[in-house]
Amino acid sequence: MREMFSCMKTRELKDFDYKYGFYTSIEVDKFSKGLNEDTIRTLSEKKNEPLWLMYWRLDSFSLWKKMMEPKWGNVKLKQKQYQDISYYSAPIIKPLQDPSLEKTLKKLGLSLEEQKRINGIAIDVVMDSILVASTFKKTLAEKGIIFCSISDAIRNHPELVKKYLGKVINKNDNFYASLNSAVFSDGSFCYIPKETSCPMELSTYFRINEGGIGQFERTLVIADKGSYVSYLEGCTAPQRKENQLHAAVVELIALEGSEIKYSTVQNWFPGDKHGNGGVYNFVTKRGLCERQAKISWTQIETGSSITWKYPSCVLQGDNSIGEFYSVALTKNYQQADTGTKMIHIGKNTKSTIISKGISAGKSKNSYRGLVKVFSKATNAKNYSQCDSLIVGNECGAYTFPYIEARNSSAKIEHEATISKIEEDQIFYCNQRGIDFEKSVSLIINGFSREVLNKLPLEFAIEARKLLEISIDGSVG
Amino acid sequence: MLNIENLHVSIEEKLLLKGINLYINVGEVHAIMGPNGSGKSTLSAVIAGKKEYKITTGTIFFEGEKIIHLSPEERAHLGIFLSFQDPIEIPGVSVTNFIRTSVNSVRKARGLYDMPINDMLKSIRKKLEVFGMDKDFLYRSLNEGFSGGEKKRNEIFQMAMLNPKLSILDETDSGLDVDALRIVSKGINAFKSKKNAILIITHYYRILKYIVPDFVHVLFRGKMVKSGGKKLAIEIEKKGYSWIKQV
Repeated sequence: MREMFSCMKTRELKDFDYKYGFYTSIEVDKFSKGLNEDTIRTLSEKKNEPLWLMYWRLDSFSLWKKMMEPKWGNVKLKQKQYQDISYYSAPIIKPLQDPSLEKTLKKLGLSLEEQKRINGIAIDVVMDSILVASTFKKTLAEKGIIFCSISDAIRNHPELVKKYLGKVINKNDNFYASLNSAVFSDGSFCYIPKETSCPMELSTYFRINEGGIGQFERTLVIADKGSYVSYLEGCTAPQRKENQLHAAVVELIALEGSEIKYSTVQNWFPGDKHGNGGVYNFVTKRGLCERQAKISWTQIETGSSITWKYPSCVLQGDNSIGEFYSVALTKNYQQADTGTKMIHIGKNTKSTIISKGISAGKSKNSYRGLVKVFSKATNAKNYSQCDSLIVGNECGAYTFPYIEARNSSAKIEHEATISKIEEDQIFYCNQRGIDFEKSVSLIINGFSREVLNKLPLEFAIEARKLLEISIDGSVG
Repeated sequence: MLNIENLHVSIEEKLLLKGINLYINVGEVHAIMGPNGSGKSTLSAVIAGKKEYKITTGTIFFEGEKIIHLSPEERAHLGIFLSFQDPIEIPGVSVTNFIRTSVNSVRKARGLYDMPINDMLKSIRKKLEVFGMDKDFLYRSLNEGFSGGEKKRNEIFQMAMLNPKLSILDETDSGLDVDALRIVSKGINAFKSKKNAILIITHYYRILKYIVPDFVHVLFRGKMVKSGGKKLAIEIEKKGYSWIKQV
């Protein structure tokens, strides 16, 4: 992960310095555009899936057809033509032997050979629709840890997949989740056995390469009783004029006494200076906590033209804990509507929400969060803090906190601040020899520190750099 | 080193400095005294390059080069340092991180590589000792929740780290108790050399007891009304500013 966001020059970089905007020419097996029951059957057959899964997909599809795109987000989007994208695209050539693929991975800072030598991170790479590379499988297998593509898991561990797939995010949960349930192509699967602490960070790197496709990845992480895992995901995509759709579903299952730490650094192509192109990142992420389990979401969102995501925790078991730490940075014409839902069902459940929104340029940055306390959730506690930092005069920062408490013993605290970078702060930095851009990124990093500190060390360093790169040229 | 010639400065049409002349040579310590609102802080901000102020007439030379068109950071890179009267808070940015960014920005502008982290830490530790500061201080957010005295010490600490040619100390003594003033002054004296110059801006004589100025100037209503040696400061201490106002 060390070099993940390091500098590189590619031919597609012109007036905009998104560093991952290149495209790799690789032969692909790609479906023609459009979606119907046959597409789903073909997809399922291609992947040699068991029948139950094909029916599950078809079921999801029929539910999806009756749904409408949600309109409540504080975002403006172009109507997506769902029949106009391809639902499956896979690099054909045997992945690791293909030199052009190896080259792409290198450009992304993911030399798998090198990764093998850096201890501490096991990594999966998902390109377009399928998983193309994977490391450390053996070390993990010795501990009984399963870390593989979801397609492999469906073949090799059908009992686990069948038991947990769609358990937290039902196939009729929402428009995008249902679409994902119908057409998901690949993604990561992870299972940590009882009382096992995963000895390394597990990491998946998502990449959209082909044009005109949607990426629908599906991630399922299961932490068995008393286990621990820290999971990281990173994302990039080529620079394209059209909007690419990314509608992922991530489900976390934290069984009794276990802990899952899930960190995301999302850097999908955000569109150009004028707001053309960019990824529509419509993601459903949710975790279920059994008794005394803990789920901690940390996200650094700097990419995508539109981000619509609410990593949430269902605190079903007594004494379970949910956490959400987020930094969302928007610039130019980017729009982010992100936050979390903390659903307190069990007794003595606790949740913490720290959200930092940074808006620059003409962007729109909203925090939307729900804290819901059920009647049986005695002594539920929540602390929410939503801070916004505004850079310039043309952007917007919004906060939509919703609270529903049905138990009078609940303690819910909400704090919100909004601040602007002051001229005096800039002058002070300038006087110490620090130029304007560096001053702004210093202030932004300081503003985000509480959240950045929650990331695993190596990721935190990269995230800091990413925040600096992202703000470059978008202020003043 | 610093030559200010016939400097007139205004803000929003209001004339704040009305023809300042000041010549500071390398190795000298100057003090500018004056009552509230006389233009002392305006002068220091203008030397540092704060944009809100408009220079209507006159100019400033630093080491023979006109600097009034330079940005604040460019002036800092040349070796001009301003210790702020009210240091600014930057939440979440630790003192260490800030000073490292600052030192390396200045080095970069001078065509030098980043200072190796070990050297940086060594240097930081040494300076902390000189100013009697606690190590915890390094991890705190810059100026956030600092007492008045801590803020001033932090400024002088940064000065020592950056090793500027010209240091302007804008009311560094205010907010410091007697012991802190002694320690900070000791540090400033240790820093003072034949190769740099210091401009102290103050209301009071007390800091000048510790850091003895070669020249004392009195600023009143935007004009330098009197200059002299350190005795002038003692006189002001005794008689106040009113006798000068009549001059």
